[in-house]
Amino acid sequence: MVADVDFWLTQFLNGLQLSMLLFLLSIGLTIIFGLMHFVNLAHGALYMVGAYAGVSAAAALGNFWAALLIAPIAVMLVGIFLYAAIIRHMRRAGPMNQVLVTFGLIFVIVDLVRIVWGDIALGMAQPAILSGPAEFLGVVYPAYRLFIIAVGLIVMAALSLVLSRTQIGAMVRAGVENDAMAACLGINVERLFFAVFCVGCALAGLAGAIAAPVFSATPSMATDILIPTLIVVVIGGLGSLRGAIAGSLIVGFIQTFGAVVMPEFASVLVYVLLAAVLIVKPAGLLPARS
Amino acid sequence: MKKYVCAALGACASIALMAHAAAAETKVGLLLPKSGNYAALGQEIDDGFVMALEEAGMADDFTLVREDSEAKPPVGVAKARKLVLQDEVDAMVGIVSSAVLGAVRDFVDGSKVPLIVANAGNDAATGASCSKYIVRVSFSNGQVNRPMGSWMAEQGIKKVYTLAPDYAAGHQMIDAFTESFTAAGGEIVGSEYTPFGKTQDFGPYLTTAKAASPDAIFVFYAGGEAISFVKQYDSFGIKKDIPLYGSGFLTSPLYVKAEGPAAIGVKTSLHYVPTLDTPENKAFVAAFKAKFDRPPSEYAVQGYDAARVLVEAVKAGANDRESIAEGLTKVSYTGPRGPLTIDPATNNVVQNIYIYETVADGDALTQKIIGTVPEVRDPANGCSLK
Repeated sequence: MVADVDFWLTQFLNGLQLSMLLFLLSIGLTIIFGLMHFVNLAHGALYMVGAYAGVSAAAALGNFWAALLIAPIAVMLVGIFLYAAIIRHMRRAGPMNQVLVTFGLIFVIVDLVRIVWGDIALGMAQPAILSGPAEFLGVVYPAYRLFIIAVGLIVMAALSLVLSRTQIGAMVRAGVENDAMAACLGINVERLFFAVFCVGCALAGLAGAIAAPVFSATPSMATDILIPTLIVVVIGGLGSLRGAIAGSLIVGFIQTFGAVVMPEFASVLVYVLLAAVLIVKPAGLLPARS
Repeated sequence: MKKYVCAALGACASIALMAHAAAAETKVGLLLPKSGNYAALGQEIDDGFVMALEEAGMADDFTLVREDSEAKPPVGVAKARKLVLQDEVDAMVGIVSSAVLGAVRDFVDGSKVPLIVANAGNDAATGASCSKYIVRVSFSNGQVNRPMGSWMAEQGIKKVYTLAPDYAAGHQMIDAFTESFTAAGGEIVGSEYTPFGKTQDFGPYLTTAKAASPDAIFVFYAGGEAISFVKQYDSFGIKKDIPLYGSGFLTSPLYVKAEGPAAIGVKTSLHYVPTLDTPENKAFVAAFKAKFDRPPSEYAVQGYDAARVLVEAVKAGANDRESIAEGLTKVSYTGPRGPLTIDPATNNVVQNIYIYETVADGDALTQKIIGTVPEVRDPANGCSLK
């Protein structure tokens, strides 16, 4: 069975699909961290809110694509509220306080979701055009998963274009490198932070809405996704797009192929890698600040 | 005049007090998860329990103390101690997680407080580590899956691949199935256990299972994992070549709505199916739907039967911890899931196991019973109560 090309190609697609989902989440987290020096553990909770917003929007409008548009906006609004109410005041509070507050936020948001949507997992239908298997490079693979891969690649390309080729991108990079100097050069760093935070939240919401048809929306997804995402950020290096790309590919493929080749150790492998990276390159593989 | 009124009021008050004291004499601790992954199951069991008390017209005869086990063993033990030592309950009901049951077992046995298990299926609880004070009305992991092995072999299925989460219940469910399936001449061509609670993407496992080209795949998944698994199984297009079988929790009425059309054609075995065509079940389903506006799941029935055995024991004269423990094992009746008795040898329930297929019913999904294995009784497994 293991000599089969189709088998390995399918597993490759599985790994790529997981990587893209991790990328959508970790890019927001890592840029927020790199730019604002802010540890937002509630990022996973925003992913969950995105999934529930997607489920509700899809049910109310009967349209998957509208849900895919509404969920990121809804999550961005939640993010703006959190920013105005809490995060703005915590900017200089030090990492320990930030971690405690955002960790507490997870529980608050999860319980609010449980009150509104209940404990039972909710499903979301895939759009008709993407349901069922599709043929790709000679292997039969779920069309919807190909769609996830495509969305991840598009977001990846768009972000790297914006960050490397536009003025806003240059400002963001300057802010990550040295925010005090960027402010001296006339960049409104605080406003930039806010814009980046909004984009990060919207991407978390998008990831949630895209994941809902595959994994269904449950209150536990807020914490389930948080640890893999944090591992991606730590392995890749804080604050860098290339780090997030590399980190999510590494974690996605290790989880997938670990599950295939040595299932007994699948859940440990990623942690082993994490420990190795922290020992050899404590700043991550591709940190933003060299 | 004033004196008479006072006296009359006083008399009335004392009668009311006495009546109250006489009525609320059985104190029951409900130890169920109210938060975390199992919160939905805890609520179903609670709903079923309350409904049975109301149906018996004895809701006022029981005082309920609810505690959240959080489905965590240390929390479960602390809450069980609180219920027994501080609230001084006469009996405890609940326990969703087998790990919690394992953790409270010695305390329950030592403090001699009867515990009616309303979900946790750990085989050992009514096997090697059984207790006179632990009575299970739900199911054992082996009981639900053993009949499926022989049934599938009878259907002419030769090669099966199995999948389950990597924890005690997952292993016990698959072991019981494997044992009876291979004994009936079947062959297990591959088997995998996925990291419990950490697996959301079953893609890699499904691809590996498909590559082993079995006649069928048998799985145990419950809760959120069941929803993800069934949907992903369908999306990979495996269902039309390799049919999906499993433990009935996979397509429980509680989750089947979220699974949607992906669940159609999945065949599973369970101790209760809401479409069971008996007068007892029809009445139960109608009453449950009227009260909660949804069909009952097996968890609701477990809660219902937990209350019902307790009510029957109390009606038969049990009034303290010792007599309730004694009385519970003598209860026998035909309820929503069919005939139900407690096996005096293990204190585990003896019940029918139903094999059902999830089928489309218009836009909704329903369960079609395609086989019944009557009065399944667990072997003693090292338990020596009698």
